[in-house]
Formats: sequence, structure tokens, C-alpha cells
Amino acid sequence: MSVLVYAEHDNVSLKIETNKLVHAALGVSSDIIVLVAGSGCVAIAEAAAKISGVSKVILADNAVYEHQLPENIADLVVEVAADYSHVFAAATTTGKNFMPRVAALLDVAQISDIIKVESEDTFVRPIYAGSAIATVQSADTKKIVTVRAASFDAAANEGSASVELLDTVKTSEKSSYISAELTVSARPELTAADVIISGGRGMQNGENFVLLNGIADKLGAAIGASRAAVDAGFVPNDMQVGQTGKIVAPQLYIAVGISGAIQHLAGMKDSKVIVAINKDEEAPIFSVADYGLVGDLFDVLPQLEAAL
Amino acid sequence: MKILVPVKRAVDYNVKVRVKPDNSGVDLNNVKMAINPFCEIAIEEAIRLKEKGVATEVVVVSIGDKACQEQIRTGLALGADRGIHIETNTGVVVDSLQVAKLLQKVVEAEKPDLVILGKQAIDSDNNQTGQMLAALTGMPQGTFASEVVVADGSVNVTREIDGGLQTVKLQLPAVVTTDLRLNEPRYASLPNIMKAKRKPIDVKPVADFGVDMTSKVTVIKVEAPAQRVGGVKVADVAELVQKLKNEAKVIA
Ligand SMILES: Cc1cc2nc3c(=O)[nH]c(=O)nc-3n(C[C@H](O)[C@H](O)[C@H](O)COP(=O)(O)OP(=O)(O)OC[C@H]3O[C@@H](n4cnc5c(N)ncnc54)[C@H](O)[C@@H]3O)c2cc1C
Ligand SMILES: Nc1ncnc2c1ncn2[C@@H]1O[C@H](COP(=O)(O)O)[C@@H](O)[C@H]1O
Repeated sequence: MSVLVYAEHDNVSLKIETNKLVHAALGVSSDIIVLVAGSGCVAIAEAAAKISGVSKVILADNAVYEHQLPENIADLVVEVAADYSHVFAAATTTGKNFMPRVAALLDVAQISDIIKVESEDTFVRPIYAGSAIATVQSADTKKIVTVRAASFDAAANEGSASVELLDTVKTSEKSSYISAELTVSARPELTAADVIISGGRGMQNGENFVLLNGIADKLGAAIGASRAAVDAGFVPNDMQVGQTGKIVAPQLYIAVGISGAIQHLAGMKDSKVIVAINKDEEAPIFSVADYGLVGDLFDVLPQLEAAL
Repeated sequence: MKILVPVKRAVDYNVKVRVKPDNSGVDLNNVKMAINPFCEIAIEEAIRLKEKGVATEVVVVSIGDKACQEQIRTGLALGADRGIHIETNTGVVVDSLQVAKLLQKVVEAEKPDLVILGKQAIDSDNNQTGQMLAALTGMPQGTFASEVVVADGSVNVTREIDGGLQTVKLQLPAVVTTDLRLNEPRYASLPNIMKAKRKPIDVKPVADFGVDMTSKVTVIKVEAPAQRVGGVKVADVAELVQKLKNEAKVIA
């Protein structure tokens, strides 16, 4: 039994999801190998080698892996996976993109978005936007698993594994990278933040999101949004929290002008402490909030910023 | 250009499902069913490509028991030209790999230039089928699409990714999966619903496809999630801050 963990990174830094994947993988085996695929990723491989519990890092460093094109990555992972019983990747837009290809090419099922490892073949995962929790067992020879990072603690960085270079080049002419528009922000990432403050349709427009900035600054928080706020064009898509956006579980989640639709709750209800600010005292968000404040957000937010 | 749109019959997204008392699954008796929302977006995109003159034919396909013909009819009422129903016995759960293998056979027979699927079925929340189909057919893939532009022999897909947006160029034939912001699906008009009744649906038993339908994944149990107990209402900002500091201890 040994687990191949696919490192989550952006060619600049290793993401905390990788530490969480390693933690999850330790529930299966103590033999954990991390694969770093990307371009200019020596430092990332070195960072991965420090994660406690990792026995070896394999680095596939080549321009063809720079944009994580799934055609290339899946072929690489299929080849490397030959030596392992399990492959774990984060249920991020990267992992969700290439992992089902890996599974199909290996002719095995994929277990998506697990929140718990019961044993080497049994995993727990939410279905129906988290309205039900399924325990599933796989009889496949290889287990291809994506992991909901928010549900696992991060392994520490006290290891010292070796890094092995792999010069396999997998590339497809059928697909090519054109461009990216990435959000640059000095704030923590949603999936890594300890505190998140999110705005919904109640914010009324994109400009009003500045009302969240001062509070986010004081709390070192990331800023998120409901789908309604994203759909209305207030903020970009990468801020969406929910069933079909990002899944988060910070220490503190503050929902502002968000009604609490099941699809939104699916993305944040595992937060340790939830605060809801809403002018409608019947809003469903209050049924999951530890602290509810009924009021107009345009009054409450300036007061909150001042009080912190 | 021909577009194939696989659609899944799923619980209506407004329904809050309940777990069966024996923990064998969720209770779908008398629950409102609908087209999976992401599949509706896929149909809409295909229809728009047809309206623009890019596509000439839109074929919807669904795998499931008799009831899923309702969703195929909805697709036809929205503007698809014909339907394919791969019929399974009632109560049989088909996993994403099996769906992808069946769709692979449909692709081999129909030779579409583009296959547009939903990114995720809101029942299983799997998010796998499109990627698996792409791998099995050797087609390139553009998942989580928020914009699809077909040009000569290729398609540019703008994808919603965790860091923002990414655009890739795919050689046709290709697989695209839809994200929520790709488009706003239309409603079917009454005349179109009537017209759809005369459009053909080709029904084929799943057994004709020679795909192994025994799943390697067993559901051991399905439970209700841990319920969060709603907490307290605070009177004002001062009380909120005090509680967060001294009671919850989540801020300094
Ligand atoms: C397939 C599918 C997937 C989806 N995925 C997601 C997802 O991932 N994430 C997500 O968030 N949604 C998702 N949705 C959408 C979801 O169903 C809801 O429509 C959405 O979450 C509503 O956003 P909202 O709470 O901001 O808006 P609304 O429901 O309109 O709520 C706005 C709230 O703001 C309050 N408000 C208004 N003005 C003020 C004020 N001045 N002060 C205080 N409060 C005020 C109102 O009382 C109300 O409660 C999905 C839907 C579908 C169909
Ligand atoms: N039984 C099915 N019949 C037709 N299409 C399906 C079926 N199951 C899944 N799909 C397609 O695959 C997409 C993703 O589903 P999934 O990978 O199961 O989350 C759906 O939005 C559909 O387009």
C-alpha cells in the first residue's frame, strides 16, 4: 500500500492543500510519495519534501506541465501511478480536471471529494450538496480519490524527503493554453484563510464590497461571495463559496447579506464559528449561524469595522 | 457541425432531500425531478450555437430508466433535434465511469464535433463524466466553461478555475463541460413543447452496448449530516464583538 499524492501549486508556491492531502493519505498508508508536476518547480519540490510523512518527492519539471493541461497531466499521472495503490489529488479545479481522466484511462471509478478516510478502501463523501453523507467502498485495484482539503488538517513541515527527477514528457497537440486572467490579491486565499467574510446579493453592487475590506484587513480575512453576487457581476467567479464554488472551513465565517441557500451552506457550514448579518430575521442563514445579527448591513459594517 | 448533449435526470435543485431511515440512500419517492441544472446550461449552449449557424444538429442523450425520457423531451422542447435514450432497469444506479463508457459508444456511432455536458450532477456531485468521456474517446477537454467560441476546426473555452479564468484552445472534436455562468437557460414555450412530442427519441436497451454494468463502488451507508444548531441572536455590534472575543475566542 502506498499513496501517490499530487501536489497542488501554481508554479510559484506549494499550496497548503498538499499538506492536507498528505494528512488524508496517512489514513491509508505510511508510504507517501508526492508528485510535483509543473514548470520551474524545483523550490516547490523542495517544499513538498519537508512535509512530515512524505517518503519521497518526484519532480516532473517541464514547460508542458506549466498550465496543468489535463491531457498532459493525466498521461503523466497514469504512468507514475503504476507503482502505487492509491492516487490522491485535491478536489480543486486542477484535481477535478485531470483525475477523472486518470481513472478512466486506468479503467477504475473515481471517488470524488472525500471528507474522511475510513480505511484503505472505504471513504466518506457528501452527496446532494451535503444533504447526505455517503460511506463508499471501492473494490477497484487502484483507488483514484479527490480530497476536500477543507475537511483535513494540514501535515506539519518537519520532514526531509529526497527529490527524484522524472524527465517523462507527455504532451498533446489537441489542446493548448491561450491565456489566463488570474485574480491578484494581497489577502489570504479563501481555501487557506482562518477568517472569511463573504458578501451576497444584499451588498447591492461591486463597489459596496469595499465595506468588507476594512474588516477583512483587521481580521486578516479572505473575502468570499455567494453565487448571486458573482452572477450579478459584483465580484469575480473565483470568490464564490458553495456547492459549485469553493468549499471552506475557516475558524470564523461572516456571511453578510446572504440568505443561506442550501448550495451556499454546502460550501461553508463546516466553519467553526459562523456569523450572519442580515436584515431579514427569517433568513435561513440564521439557522446555521452561531451568532446572528439582524440589521441593515450598511449600518452594521461600518460599526463592525470601528469596533475591531 | 453536430453537437451531442448528455443530460441527467436529477432531483430538482430546490428540493431538500432526506436520508432514508434505514440509511440505504436518500428518499426519492414523490420528490420533484428535473434536468440537472448544468445539463440545462449545456442544452442552451448547444441551441445557441445552432441559432448562430455554427451547429446544424443537436442530439440529447440520457441514460436511465423510462422516466428520463421526460428530460429528453424537455431538451427537445428547448430546441434539440432528436433524442437517444439508453434504457436501464428502474432502480439501477449507473456510475460515472459506466455513463462515460456508454457515451463513448454513442460518440463512436454519432461522431459529434462537440460534446457538451454539465460539469457536475447535483445528486452524486461527482464531476467526472465529461473528463472520463474525453479520456476514453481521446478528445481534448474544456471543463467548467464560462465561454465557448467555436472557430475553424477548433474551440476556445474559457474555464472558471480557482485562481480566476483560463482559456484553452481545443481541436475538434472536443468535450466541454458547463459552469453556471456560461449562459442563462431559456424556458420552453408551449408551441415548442407541443412540437417536441413529434421529435424522435431512439430508445436502446443498455444491454445492447456491451458495457459491464457492475460497479466496483458500493455504498455502505448514507447518513444525514451533522446538524448545526443555530446559535443566538446578538443585539448589536458591541455584543457580537464581545462574544467573538470572549466566548468563541476566534478574534483577538
Ligand atoms: C446548480 C446550482 C448550484 C449553485 N451553487 C451555488 C454556490 O456554489 N454558491 C452559492 O452561494 N450559491 C449557489 N447557487 C445559488 C443559490 O441557490 C442561491 O441562489 C444563492 O446562494 C443566493 O445568493 P444570496 O444569498 O447572496 O442572495 P439572496 O438569496 O437574494 O439573498 C440576499 C440576502 O441579503 C439580505 N439583504 C438584502 N439587503 C440587505 C441589507 N441592506 N442588509 C442586510 N441584509 C440584506 C436579504 O435579506 C437576503 O437574505 C447554486 C444554484 C444552483 C441551481
Ligand atoms: N445518466 C446520465 N445520462 C446522461 N448524461 C449523464 C448521466 N450522468 C451524468 N451525465 C452527464 O455528465 C455530467 C456530469 O455528471 P457527473 O460526472 O456524474 O457529476 C452531467 O451533467 C451530464 O451531462
